[in-house]
Amino acid sequence: MWDHEIKGMASVHAAIASSIFMATLVPAVIVEKFSVYGTHLVWVYSVAASVAVVNIAMFWLLGVGLVAKRNTLSYKVSRAIRSSLYFTLSCFFYHIIVILYGAPLLESALETFSLAVLLSTFTTLRCLCLLGPSVQAWIRVFSRDGAMSVWDTSLQITTACSVIGAWLGAFPIPLDWDRPWQVWPISCTMGATFGFLSGLVIAPFWIHWHRKQLTYKSK
Amino acid sequence: MGTARMKRLPVLALLLWVCAMFYVGIYLFVGGFLLVRLEVNKSSSCSDSLPPGTGTQDFCPVEPRFRRAVVLIIDALKIDFARFDSHNISPRPFENKLPVLEEMKSSHPAHSRLFAFRADPPTTTMQRIKGFTTGSLPTFVDVGNNFASSAILEDNLVHQLGEAGKRVVFMGDDTWESLFPKKFHRSLPFPSFNVKDLHTVDDGILKHLYSTMEGSEWDVLIAHFLGVDHCGHRFGPNHPAMADKLTQMDRVIRSVIERLQNDTLLVVMGDHGMTDSGDHGGESLKETDAALFFYSPTPTFPPTLSQAEPEVVPQTDLVPTLALLLGVPIPYSSIGQVILPFFPEESQASGVQTYLSQLEALWINAKQVNRFLETYSHIAKDIPPESLSMLREQFSFLLAEYSGMVKEGQAASPTLVTALQSYLTAVRNVCRATWAKFNPLKMTAGILILTTSCLLCLAMSEMSEMVRDSFMPWASLVVGAFVGGTVAAGQQGSLGYVDIAWCLGAAIFFSQLLFIWRLCCAKDNGGGGARDSGPRQTGWRILPTLSIPLLVLALRCTSLLSDSYVIAEGRVATFLLLSLSFYIPLHLNWDGLLLPFSPESQKAPGLLPPPPLPSSVIRRESLILLACLGVLVASLYLSLFFHNCREEQGTCDPSPFLLPLARVQDSRLRNLHYVLSVVALAAWNYLLYWWLRHYGNLNSPGPAAFTARWPLPLASICAGLYWAVSSTPEETFRGLAELIALALVALPRIAFAFLGLGTTLLWLSPLTVFLKPRQVACPQGPTPLPRYRASTGVSPEAELRHLIPQLYQRMRRSLEDGEPSGSPEGHSGPAMEAYGLGTVYSAPLVLLTGLLGLGLLLLHSEGMALAFLLLLLEAAALLHLHASSVTLESLQGPQKEVFSVPWVSVLLWDLAATQFFHATGHLPTFPSIQWDAAFVGFPKGHVGTLLPGSLVTLNTFSSHILFAVGCPLLLFWPLVCEVRALRQGHGASKEDAVMEMRLRERPQKFSSALVQLAARCFFIKGAQVLASVLAAAILRRHLMVWKVFAPKLMFEASGFVVASVFTLIAFTLVMRVDFAVSGMFKKLIPEHSR
Ligand SMILES: [Zn+2]
Ligand SMILES: [Zn+2]
Repeated sequence: MWDHEIKGMASVHAAIASSIFMATLVPAVIVEKFSVYGTHLVWVYSVAASVAVVNIAMFWLLGVGLVAKRNTLSYKVSRAIRSSLYFTLSCFFYHIIVILYGAPLLESALETFSLAVLLSTFTTLRCLCLLGPSVQAWIRVFSRDGAMSVWDTSLQITTACSVIGAWLGAFPIPLDWDRPWQVWPISCTMGATFGFLSGLVIAPFWIHWHRKQLTYKSK
Repeated sequence: MGTARMKRLPVLALLLWVCAMFYVGIYLFVGGFLLVRLEVNKSSSCSDSLPPGTGTQDFCPVEPRFRRAVVLIIDALKIDFARFDSHNISPRPFENKLPVLEEMKSSHPAHSRLFAFRADPPTTTMQRIKGFTTGSLPTFVDVGNNFASSAILEDNLVHQLGEAGKRVVFMGDDTWESLFPKKFHRSLPFPSFNVKDLHTVDDGILKHLYSTMEGSEWDVLIAHFLGVDHCGHRFGPNHPAMADKLTQMDRVIRSVIERLQNDTLLVVMGDHGMTDSGDHGGESLKETDAALFFYSPTPTFPPTLSQAEPEVVPQTDLVPTLALLLGVPIPYSSIGQVILPFFPEESQASGVQTYLSQLEALWINAKQVNRFLETYSHIAKDIPPESLSMLREQFSFLLAEYSGMVKEGQAASPTLVTALQSYLTAVRNVCRATWAKFNPLKMTAGILILTTSCLLCLAMSEMSEMVRDSFMPWASLVVGAFVGGTVAAGQQGSLGYVDIAWCLGAAIFFSQLLFIWRLCCAKDNGGGGARDSGPRQTGWRILPTLSIPLLVLALRCTSLLSDSYVIAEGRVATFLLLSLSFYIPLHLNWDGLLLPFSPESQKAPGLLPPPPLPSSVIRRESLILLACLGVLVASLYLSLFFHNCREEQGTCDPSPFLLPLARVQDSRLRNLHYVLSVVALAAWNYLLYWWLRHYGNLNSPGPAAFTARWPLPLASICAGLYWAVSSTPEETFRGLAELIALALVALPRIAFAFLGLGTTLLWLSPLTVFLKPRQVACPQGPTPLPRYRASTGVSPEAELRHLIPQLYQRMRRSLEDGEPSGSPEGHSGPAMEAYGLGTVYSAPLVLLTGLLGLGLLLLHSEGMALAFLLLLLEAAALLHLHASSVTLESLQGPQKEVFSVPWVSVLLWDLAATQFFHATGHLPTFPSIQWDAAFVGFPKGHVGTLLPGSLVTLNTFSSHILFAVGCPLLLFWPLVCEVRALRQGHGASKEDAVMEMRLRERPQKFSSALVQLAARCFFIKGAQVLASVLAAAILRRHLMVWKVFAPKLMFEASGFVVASVFTLIAFTLVMRVDFAVSGMFKKLIPEHSR
């Protein structure tokens, strides 16, 4: 049972991770003069879009991790609306947090907001897919005994990794190296992406190694 | 049971000892690292006759050899760059690129000479410019120098040239402009700061150099090229760009030589060398050896055998040589020695002119150096006496020899020349040993002591109970004094003098050893007991829970090792503070303690079920916590608007609030700022007043409450009036000028007097408790007794233990009812009402913080009132955040150590001090010191230096001071806030809400908690000092060491000293309150149990 779940999760994670690589490679072919540093925002949105598409496809269409109580259309619609509202709110929330951390207030607001969108995609969107638009459930998941399935644990790990990655990404900014990736917000978006990727990789191994300690209560 | 008394004196002595360890460590390191020299503010002049002279003018008797000079300074022109090896077939980028020097040397050996120009450390450009203009050995701190501007006040060559009427034209590195403001006849400075810019300065010079030379508007032309140095920093010497740069310099030298006239001397020199990576600052030969090349169109030098290696000339020697060659007096503080090849061996009359002979030049030089040495040793005592007396002897011998020779009219003897030379060399070596050498032994010892001190603090904080039980500070003091005395006696015996630093170092080191030994003993002895397994286990278990705050501390310390992070320190501190404060709710949520939504608790089954608390209490506490987080984050963000800017930060505007209001031009803006400041001041007062009233401390009839009622508001009014007066533009009220001048003196002094009065009263009687015998309705019975009437045979302590909750309970209840005396329960209640007993410890601390804050605010510009208000808000938010998280943990989690303040809170508190250092417009650089603070209340200036010095120190470290004084509040605040949660929890109502009286109930725990808190504070501060000490030691040849790391070290170390002194004051106040509370209960008990 364990192996089955972990394998399923690992393959989903592999799909998400490969979508990030595709999102980097495909625009290079389509868009003229595409480069991760030069046309950074294009890259950010292409990554965000592909991760979002894969997540929604995996979790919503395949029905992984989501227990639909009712299957009526109106329920689905209201759920979708609420989800997109939550997503937008989370973008603004991240934007404010990033500004509090010292991002410029007005200039390069678009860049800051793109970082917020990317972070929301890596964290909030997955929460929405896995837990639905319920803040209470989100808060529950992020406590020591709150995880109720391997998906919850993977959510904990990927979210923490993306946020910590973005946090660490702020460190090189003050250094006087004059590298292209020190420009705001490239190091943070790169940090978040690398954090998310490593979270995707770590999660199956982590769960595999700690499967003895992890006792999930049935829902 | 032992005596239920807190150990007051031992705890204070322990803290004092801990501080002393750090002080000695800092003193040792700084003594080895920061070289200090006193400046002599005297100038030489042509009319001087040097002391043992013959009455003639010494300096300017003869025709100068040259009328004009061109000095080309090529920054970082290493001696290797100037060498030419024709056999080298494949030269590296920096080799053989200056062939002009070799060509001149071989074609005109009597016209040119190349020397290796040996600089003294610190080999940084500014110190070097000082060095080869004053002829002295500038250290990092030249005491007497005006810190506010970097202008050279010592006698120097540029000054002497100006006095002699020579027109000095300067072009190049703009450092010169700041060193010699308004000294040049004409000056063309170019920005030197951007190291990556290789060409701006050089191209700027080249645009003007030749045209200036061809004109006649100059006598001495100084051109300072920076391209080679910047190229080194950017690419290193081994890079094609260096070849280009040196080739360009070769062309420049050729063009200059073509334009030289016969009366002109050309000097081409580097100020220092560079390492293989292109850096400089240290004392390796690669950094110190620069090139020095002279060329004159007329034959000057005696013929020599062509030597392979250029002769080494110390950098100080240029000054006396140029001075005598150009016919100006040698600057007063010069300790250089004339370069002999410039002077003929015999004073021969060549044609019409007579030049100084070698002997004459050396004799003038020796007399001048001797005069300086006498003056210097008169004002400063840092030259070792035995070398001083040796030099005096040597000089008197020379005097006898020389005067004898002159009397008998003998020819100059070569032995006398050598003797004079060796005298001058000896002087130079003595001075160099005193001023220009790091002392690696002292630096290492300082680092060692600081490291052990930090480790000891860590051990103390984790084993505070054991420390409290086993530590006898007196033993350590005795051992320390004994060892120190022994070392002093040994030094006196073997060396003849005492170096205090080493005595103190040895004393502290041995007392540390004794402490560690006793700690180990206590551990071993306690190991047999059943209780001791507890602490050891927790010691290991603590590590993972510590990891995040300690990780943040490690990040903070690492950031001190990088110049970029030190430059951005204000932002870095805010970033870490923010991260750590977000960590608190996240961590609580991770433990399931924040916002528990499901009523059935998900605790592990092994633990006892926590007392059934209504979730409303927890939710309320959580909401308070989140609200405090909001306030904290908001004040953090707003405080970013009060930052000042470092010179290194490119695009940055200093905060408009830093400008004193008098200098704000727009009157409407000025009024707006003034109103904002006054509102902030009023809010500061109101918040303090509200807090004290809320907890009943204002009801007290004692002097402390009087302080809060009168001196504090009155001082604030004075401050507001002072700001109004000082911000009025002078021209508005011409008629009232005298009144305004009087107010400028009187108002701040009155405010300070009020604050001083308040502080004194607070110390004399710190209790803010109001005791009131209850007016009982029932007439019978003389004095109603406490409900928990002690049965016979119970000790007074037990009586006390029952009495206090009663007092406190009464006080709360009466406060709630709004009417202190009338309570509906009638005679069933206890006999006493005590107001403010629950906050008896924190109220004086809060009051002291308020008083100090107001005083410190007066020393800042008016706009900073807003920043101070933010500081108060942030501190309150931090305290509440800390209290709420502790309450939440203790309500639901397993019982933790009582009264223990978690690391995360202490670290937050300390980071906030750093953060507000920046948010009150301060920076760890000398130019940013707010000197205006010295003139608050003293607009005419001061007589001494002590008062202005301390005013400026208080101004600089005000944030450190306020947070240090508030430090013990971290211990008290969870107790102060405890009542909110417990009062509503009906399950817990059996337990009385006794707030800070809990500490009185367990005095042992109280003292160990105090020890622990102080140890944690000192550890965090000490670790930062250690990090900046290490940064200065490791990076002592970094480009930025004198600009970034050394000032940072000075600020960090002095910040530690100031903060630790005020921490000690705060802890002493706590002890003082404890003493007073004991006294109060002693008085109470006999009255009521009788
Ligand atoms: Zn230089
Ligand atoms: Zn340099």
